[in-house]
This record gives sequence, C-alpha cells and structure tokens, in this order.
Amino acid sequence: MANALVFIDNPGAALKKSSLELLTIARSLGETAVAFTGELSDDVAATLGAYGATTVYRPSTDDLDNYLVGPKAAYLAAAAAASGATAVLLDNSPEGKEIAARLGIKLNAGVITDVVGVEPDGTAHKSVLAGSYNTSAKATTAVTVLSVKANNVEPAPAGAAAAPATATVDVPGDAVANAARISARAEKPVSGRPDLSEARIVVAGGRGVDGDFGPLEELADALGAAVGASRAATDAGWIGHDAQVGQTGVTVSPQLYISAGISGAIQQKAGMQTSKVIVAVNKDAESPVFEIADYGIIGDLFKVIPQATAEIKKRKG
Amino acid sequence: MEETLKIVVLVKHVPDAQFDRHITGPANTTDREESILSELDEYALEAALQLAEERGGPKAGNEVIALSMGPSGAVNAVKKSLQIGAYSGVHLSDDALAGSDAAATSLALAAAIRHLSADGRPVDLVLTGMASTDGETSLVPAQLAERLSLPQVTFASSLEIAGGRVTARRDAGPYSETVEAALPAVVSVTDQINEPRYPNFKGILAAKKKKITSLALSDIGVDASQVGLAGSWTVVESAEARPPRTAGTIITDEGDAGIKLVDFLAAQKLL
Repeated sequence: MANALVFIDNPGAALKKSSLELLTIARSLGETAVAFTGELSDDVAATLGAYGATTVYRPSTDDLDNYLVGPKAAYLAAAAAASGATAVLLDNSPEGKEIAARLGIKLNAGVITDVVGVEPDGTAHKSVLAGSYNTSAKATTAVTVLSVKANNVEPAPAGAAAAPATATVDVPGDAVANAARISARAEKPVSGRPDLSEARIVVAGGRGVDGDFGPLEELADALGAAVGASRAATDAGWIGHDAQVGQTGVTVSPQLYISAGISGAIQQKAGMQTSKVIVAVNKDAESPVFEIADYGIIGDLFKVIPQATAEIKKRKG
Repeated sequence: MEETLKIVVLVKHVPDAQFDRHITGPANTTDREESILSELDEYALEAALQLAEERGGPKAGNEVIALSMGPSGAVNAVKKSLQIGAYSGVHLSDDALAGSDAAATSLALAAAIRHLSADGRPVDLVLTGMASTDGETSLVPAQLAERLSLPQVTFASSLEIAGGRVTARRDAGPYSETVEAALPAVVSVTDQINEPRYPNFKGILAAKKKKITSLALSDIGVDASQVGLAGSWTVVESAEARPPRTAGTIITDEGDAGIKLVDFLAAQKLL
C-alpha cells in the first residue's frame, strides 16, 4: 500500500524539475505511487523508478487532456482509492490547485495549497497574506491533498532504483459528461528562458523600461534567468501578461530577484517579497521597492543594467 | 435577442491589502477589520453586468445577484456590488460559518445557490474572481463546481454565451486554450477580461432601493456542524508574522553601479 500519490500530468518527453521535487517530498512521507497521464516513455518510467515510485497508475482513457480539471480529478480520485494513499501531491499551478480542489470534495479530504514544506506527519507549511505570515496547517481528514510550490526542495533520487509496476485505473464513465471541453489549444511562443514560477533568478521590469525590455532580456540570458514584469508593463503591452509578477500574476520566490524600473507598489511586492535576495534599480530614490531591497541602485537602468550584463559576460569568460 | 440569464456573482469582503493584514485568535483566522470588496471580484461583476446588458438588462428579465458569505460587515461587499450595478444582493451570514475553510465555504455557497434556484428559475451562471485577495487559494470556484456537479470554466480571459453554452479563452499554463461548456456552469475570470466600472452617483443612489436578502444557515438547509471550524477539513495550527524585510545597501550610480552590482552578486554567490 502506498502512502503518497503524486499526480504527474502529461509531462511529455521528460519530467519537469517540479515533478522530481514532488516525488522527493512524497518519498519522505512513505511508499510512493504516481498517477500519470499522457504518453509514458521508457525514459520517464525509468526516472519515476529512480525517484522511488513503486507503482505508476495510468487512466483507462487517453481523452483526459481534452477536458478542463473535472475529469482529471475523477481519475485522480480513482487512482487515490486504488493506491490507498493518505497524501496526494500536485503541482501548485492554477490547474493543479483546481484538480486538488475537486479531488478534495470527491475524497472528503482537506486541501492545502501553496505548500512550501511537508512534515512526515502531513503538516504543511506555507506563507499567506502576500508573504507576511508563515503558517503551518494540517488536514483533519483521512486523506490530505497538497499542492506544492516549486523550488522548495532539492530533487534527490531514491537510494535504490527499481522499475515501477504499472496499473490501469478506470476513469468513471460519467467523468466527462458534464465537463468543460477544450475545443482549441495553441502553444504559446517559447522564449527558451526558464519558467518564471520555477526560475532560480528573475529579472523584472516595470514602467521605467519604457517599452524596451531588450537590456533586461540580455541580463536575464547572461544569468540564465526568467524575465518578469510589473502590471504596468504588461498592461502597456510591452511584454505578455504571462510575465506579470504580482498578486494577480505569478508569485515568485527565486534565489535572486532583480527589479528594474519598478516602483514596488503593494500588488507587485505581494508577488516577489519572499525572494531570497532582492536587487532594485530605479531612478527615483523614493521608490517603495528600496524599502525591501537587499541591494538598491539609484540610477538609470539603461546604463546600469547593460554595464552589469557586460561585466557578467566578462567574468564568466 | 439572446435568452436572458440569471447570474450569481460571488463577492468577498476581504482585508484591504493596502494596510497591514493580521492573523489572530485561537483558530488563526484573518482579522477582517478594514475590509473591502475583493478587487478581483469586480471583474466577475463587470463580466456579469456586460452579459446581462447585452441581453436587455433587468427589464428584459436578466438577473445579476451579488452573493457574499461572511460576518455582518460582509454586507458592505454586497452594498458596494449594488452600487457598481448588481441588480440584487444576498448576504449569507451565520455565527456558525466563522472559520470555514474552502471545503466548508463551498458547501455553504452551494446550498445558497441551490436555494436561489428554488424560486422556479434556476441559476444559469455562477461568476467568480480568479482568487480572493486574502486566502488566495483559488479553491472555492472549483469546489463549488464539484459540489453542484457543474462544469467549471476557470481563469477566463474572455467570455461569450450563446445557445446555452459558454465559450471562454483561458491563458493559464503553457497554452492558450478555448474552453466550452454547457450552462449552468461555474466560471472564474481573470483581471484581463475587462475594465471594471466605478460606481457613479446615480448608481450609489439607485443601490439604496435595491433588495438585499439575508440568509442564515437554517434558510439554506445547512447544519452548523457542516461548516465553520467544526465542518472544515483543514486546521491552521500556527501562524507567525514574518519579520518585515529591511532595506539593505542603497547606492547612487556614479558610473560604475553595474560593476558594483556584479560584485554584490558574486559576494552572495549568485553568479
């Protein structure tokens, strides 16, 4: 009997780092199984085994990806029952949280989102009210459902790797009957940079970039960073809405957050103030961002940022 | 003319994020002094008003009902919604609801929506914001859809309704998706969907004449043990205020700040 079940939704050719993190946490809770959707390649199966998964469940239909949330939750509920798991772990993406939400109702299980750490007894740690409090929470139910934020544990393979067993889980026939169907899907253009919510370093620009994200993109590429933006910059159309960091965009918690030309209003602060190190560049010495920056530069970002980029390239050779 | 709609908009009274927010009491609940209508709910209300207006507004028989669950002060979220333009309001309030988690909240809201459908005209559409600006879990719309056995169309950045079906664009994740579902449905909208209107003087006056219905748990057939701390499936065991970030080194660029920045990053082992 497994103790923990990890949901891995259509990973493609290789598992994401966040999935490896979920597997690493799951192993600390007990025997680990995986509820998988999509194509299971030999490489992915081997990685699941290397990270300690003993059983990989797969749905009886490959149609789940054409529907929003509901049918995936029905599948995951069936997989949870089959595995006997007492903890179910998912990504903290918008869809991950919503699958967790519906799964919780199906299993009469407490759901905790935005988790940054899990104790062996299932107690979960998270930060709330835009990072102003750290809380620990626990489900009082037989099963606990946790959506876990990326970048909070170092992925580590299990000591002994073994090929996991596979088992098929019947998806209830009525699961798709009353669900929202995805009728068209277009892949968004890929930047080649790391995913904003998972990046170790984020370089973000605001009103002060005045339409030109070029210098920030060059710095990001020199650092291997993701590019983010304030709402002012995304609303102005200078960069896609996906790049928005803040209360209504992506919440980031990287090792390093470089803020350029962003004043640091409350909405923006809410999305980045749990970053480990914050660097701010702004012309206006009164910008609120300087109140929370570990290193602040009062200056013109169009001079400071390219100079820093050139210096990094020089030092990295 | 399109068929008329009966729309319920979920509105939440949340602590104003412009001020310091606090967690208090034995159950580690959020202090709700200084609360306002959750900003993200204004987008849901605007979407509802636009859908109703396209169909002839209240005169044609459309309904836009602002529903808030919360203590006595939460009626202000309903009143604000009426000033912005909701046609009527419902305030679900009961001492037993205090401390409800998402599961208990969705149970009570589902019962309230069934109650609002019991007048012979079922609710066609439940509209919500993408998250509350206090709990920020985004769980309630999905749990409400699950409890009502309805399709959910969440994080909509555009929304159309025709022929009893909702079609939305959704940009969450690596794809841009078109999502379709039959009504009734639960739909959550992002802050990209529209530009919410502000209440004007006429709206504020008109709101005074609009009806607010108060509901208690007994009205919606929910037992006190199903909600509040007793009916919640999660407990917050502890809450600690994070020490506020403090300002570090601030320098003024004298022509070499980019180099100094790289020195700082190197010293922090961030290169």
